[in-house]
Amino acid sequence: MSIVQCSLNQIPLGKRCKVTQLNSTGSIRTRLQDIGLVQGTELIPLVKSCAGDPVAYLIRGTVIAIRDKDSRSILVEHDEE
Amino acid sequence: MGLTVQSTSAKASRRFQFGDSETLIALAGNPNVGKSTVFNELTGMNQHTGNWPGKTVALAKGIARHQETDYTLVDLPGTYSLIANSAEEAIASEFICFQKPAVTIVVCDATALQRNLNLVLQILQMTANVVVCVNLMDEARKKKIEIDLEKLSELLQLPVVAASARSHQGLDALMDAVAQLCEHPRTQIACLNYPFVIQNELDRLRGQLRMLDPAYDIPWIALQILNNPDSTLKSLYASTALNQADIETLHSLALRSRKVLDQTYKNDNWPDLLIQCPVQQAQQLAEQTVTMNEAEAMKRDRQIDRILFSRWAGIPLMILLLCLVLWITLAGANIPSQMLAEFLFSLEAPLAKFLTALHLPGVIVTMLSEGMYRVLAWVVAVMLPPMAIFFPLFTYLEDLGYLPRVAFNLDKTFAKAHACGKQALTTCMGFGCNAAGVIGCRIIDSPRERLIAILTNNFAPCNGRFPTLISILTMFFLGSAAGLTQSLQSALLLTLTILLGLGMTFLVSRLLSATVLNGVPSSFTLELPPYRRPQLGKVLVRSVFDRTLFVLGRAITVAAPAGILLWVMANVGVQGQSLLAWASGFLDPLGRFMGLDGVILVAFLLGFPANEIVIPIIIMAYMANGSLIEMSSLSAMKDLFLAQDWTLTTAVCTLIFVLFHWPCSTTCLTIYKETKSVKWTAAAILIPTVCGVVCCSLAAFILRLF
Repeated sequence: MSIVQCSLNQIPLGKRCKVTQLNSTGSIRTRLQDIGLVQGTELIPLVKSCAGDPVAYLIRGTVIAIRDKDSRSILVEHDEE
Repeated sequence: MGLTVQSTSAKASRRFQFGDSETLIALAGNPNVGKSTVFNELTGMNQHTGNWPGKTVALAKGIARHQETDYTLVDLPGTYSLIANSAEEAIASEFICFQKPAVTIVVCDATALQRNLNLVLQILQMTANVVVCVNLMDEARKKKIEIDLEKLSELLQLPVVAASARSHQGLDALMDAVAQLCEHPRTQIACLNYPFVIQNELDRLRGQLRMLDPAYDIPWIALQILNNPDSTLKSLYASTALNQADIETLHSLALRSRKVLDQTYKNDNWPDLLIQCPVQQAQQLAEQTVTMNEAEAMKRDRQIDRILFSRWAGIPLMILLLCLVLWITLAGANIPSQMLAEFLFSLEAPLAKFLTALHLPGVIVTMLSEGMYRVLAWVVAVMLPPMAIFFPLFTYLEDLGYLPRVAFNLDKTFAKAHACGKQALTTCMGFGCNAAGVIGCRIIDSPRERLIAILTNNFAPCNGRFPTLISILTMFFLGSAAGLTQSLQSALLLTLTILLGLGMTFLVSRLLSATVLNGVPSSFTLELPPYRRPQLGKVLVRSVFDRTLFVLGRAITVAAPAGILLWVMANVGVQGQSLLAWASGFLDPLGRFMGLDGVILVAFLLGFPANEIVIPIIIMAYMANGSLIEMSSLSAMKDLFLAQDWTLTTAVCTLIFVLFHWPCSTTCLTIYKETKSVKWTAAAILIPTVCGVVCCSLAAFILRLF
């Protein structure tokens, strides 16, 4: 088992991952930090909307929708099975 | 220096006016944790609550009585954090820092305690007098979430009270804790475990603040100055008695501290640590006190979500639900509307008698009774029942948690139009009333996208336009089916018409963002709250009082003068022809070009105060009558229209024009109040009007080819 790094939008539904780096800038960066998405935060992609974007994530017990273009700049790591 | 100390402090106190003798209690919390429910239960005031994140924008105030003592409760805006500088967050943190409430209650959601504790820790940086209210305990129990409140209280060194505000559980204990803290206030503000170097710099800033005025010696202020010196000091200058020299001292101190930290942390982004620190501490607190099975707790919600968000069922379900809501509204409003009309019209004769008894001239009596009163009665009778049905349904869906999911589903489509997914909600609200929809646009954070939503809201036909749409659809497009089938058919056709309006919403939104409101779609995060069963009684009371009566009130204020104008136009004549006839004769060429006629155009112009009266005005003009009259049946109305040369083209073009024309006066007034700009109000009038003229002309041109 090894640890793989990728951006959040590449994580399949239901797979737990952990934030390693937040590359977002501007207002979205603060918004994400506000809801508790910081380095080390664990999250799980739960469900996609009809059109596949945005995706809803489980973040610290709350379900938050994030657009694909925003989740691209969130780097995460996950276990490779 | 532009502002004196006196004027700035006067400004600060004008924002929150409270007497010295009042015991101020602030109510803070994340959005959607039942904060407003706690507020309502404690104060007995009916302030609007909703299962929509971040809705309370203004401050609500109420008196809570507990054991012979009055407490002034202030409901602060719901925010996830107090760090980002949005207007709501600034209001909340300024209130706690400078108004210094005796106690701040932080309402937390028991089902998402970790995220809520982050806010508790932030507020603890502002005041030591905090009571934590862990709300929604009933829901947590259902989801098999266990919380060790005693341990939480011990770790936080704060009073922690469990509550289920919806059933008024735990609120007495909450007020007991508040009363106790009021009697024995604490002064020592707890500090978070920041890294040593950062803490050092924070202490330096606090020392300076203490020297200037002990009232400003608050860890939170030091933290904000360090993190964001320019904007923090600017707002400090505006809202406190600190003078220019004080601000400059703080500024140079902050710059020095930042330099020290830059050198210490080199390539690492140390401001991130300021934010991460409470987040991580909240996580540790939650890990020690909460036991839950995350997957189990959310199982039911996820099952529902999977259906609502599935590729094939999601959108059809949404349309079906819209159709259903419209059908219930239409079918349900029919009979009450008739009864209300009969009742109100029966009062007209007594009113005329009463006015005559006052020795008013005959003309004035007729003008007031047949002109003003009849239009007023008409508007109320047609408007009130559908709104009294639609708004509770809408509020029910909102409280259920379904509406944020509509925004989630439609976000991509709106993003393609460079707009915000939340616009889907304001559009839906527009079906009830465009004025309400325009106010609803406040939920959209980005100013550019909020403007787009305001400018295009009118493309969603409101309740006031439904009767016109339905009668034309029924007369010209439906067979002679009766009863249930007919109302279903008309709901279906109406839904199709509405989808046409939605299409125009997307098109115009895209056009706007490509031209005057240029820009890329801003980022957004949207919380999908847990599904909650709404409380029927409260839904009814709130939607009737907050939305229905509000809109009706505005409509009545404009319908009264419009009624007089209409009467004057119909009864004052030049050369044997009424003004109404002159006007419609003048507009006839333009009307014909658009596939309508002069009378229809005049009716739309005079229908500016309320779209409900468009059809009555058309009938009145066709029959050359002096006041509004009702047709005995739709078929009689159809015969009248056909005699006036109505064709299928006229019907189609009228439908299009009902959908696309200037907003009603109530909506225009609301747009002006929301945008504070004549320019954008004019744009909101021109855009749909131009769309309507172009679409009608095109449709007329094409239909005439056949």
